Amino acid sequence: MSESNVTSAEEPAAAPSGLTGVVSDWSGDKEAFHVPWGKAMMWIFLLSDTFIFTCFLTSYMNVRISTTVPWPNPSEVFALNIGGQHIPLILIAIMTMVLITSSGTMAMAVNYGYRRHRAYTAALMLITAGFGATFVGMQAFEWTKLITEGVRPWANPWGAPQFGSCFFMITGFHGLHVSAGVIYLSVVARRVWRGFYDQKGSYETVEITGLYWHFVDLVWVFIFAFFYLW
Amino acid sequence: MRRTGDPRGSPWADEEQANACVRGGLHMATTVGHMETTTGHTQATAAHLKAEGQQHPIAIYLWIWALLFVFSTFSYLIDYFHLHGLLRWSLIITFMLLKAGFIVAIFMHMAWERLALKFAILVPPLVLLILILLMAIEGDYTFLTRLTAFLR
Repeated sequence: MSESNVTSAEEPAAAPSGLTGVVSDWSGDKEAFHVPWGKAMMWIFLLSDTFIFTCFLTSYMNVRISTTVPWPNPSEVFALNIGGQHIPLILIAIMTMVLITSSGTMAMAVNYGYRRHRAYTAALMLITAGFGATFVGMQAFEWTKLITEGVRPWANPWGAPQFGSCFFMITGFHGLHVSAGVIYLSVVARRVWRGFYDQKGSYETVEITGLYWHFVDLVWVFIFAFFYLW
Repeated sequence: MRRTGDPRGSPWADEEQANACVRGGLHMATTVGHMETTTGHTQATAAHLKAEGQQHPIAIYLWIWALLFVFSTFSYLIDYFHLHGLLRWSLIITFMLLKAGFIVAIFMHMAWERLALKFAILVPPLVLLILILLMAIEGDYTFLTRLTAFLR
């Protein structure tokens, strides 16, 4: 406490912006990021997660470039017959829409959190978790379909055997993130509902949860582009 | 300073307490600026003031939400209409970057963060471009080696 008082006397109230602001924020013996502690930590965690997912996607790129066997066509592999019509990649398109919808409801939840609508915030977070669970359910359906069609991490009926290992590794790790996010959202939504953050005096935890959830959506954007569309 | 709490007036007692907290904290907040303090009450006040900074009009989120749907639909249509070659790849990358950019900037509030945090989070991933380049070269090399091995 006394320490912070000493520092506060030295620090000007209005911090400079732009490049001067970067230098001023990073220089010597004081807080670098003017955000809640948990938010900075979540960003750093997400940064490390970015490296993990990039490693997966890069190794996928590497094996896809280096294989001499044709790569299976994702457009056909993930096609579905709906009402007698053969629609390419439709399952993945629906999963993408579900995840984007959940991202939107999460953004709303964060917004209502800061407006202190406790009920709206909790409800929107639960809706977000619901969409997340739907996504995981569709992914389970997709896995089941591919496994019954004979896709294994070491082989598949349509071409390069690396397709299976990339598919299970990348979508599996992403699905794990979504599942963890659903649990995370549910826990925080329960706390919102019980007024925990009103007592704490801050809804920043809702925003931090939102950061994680948007990141899961962000990763899907890249997986969708590189694994399913390319 | 900043608008706090529910604009319609809140039925919760906690709310009043929080508002009082903020009012009480205002004097201190102006002198302390953005400093994070270490003990309970003050920390909550300081954090609360900062947190209110990320409150934006709902219209922004709705617009971005709609845009994400549009871009995703376009991405899907690339595949649906069987576009090929350079056109397909460039469109995929374009829509991907647009979507990623809007999610990070608006939904994750990066657009409103200070430059120090932006740099700390957005610059390190750039080194991954080097990894991608190296692995692409490596992949090409492996491919050619395999071809010559099979042709022999």
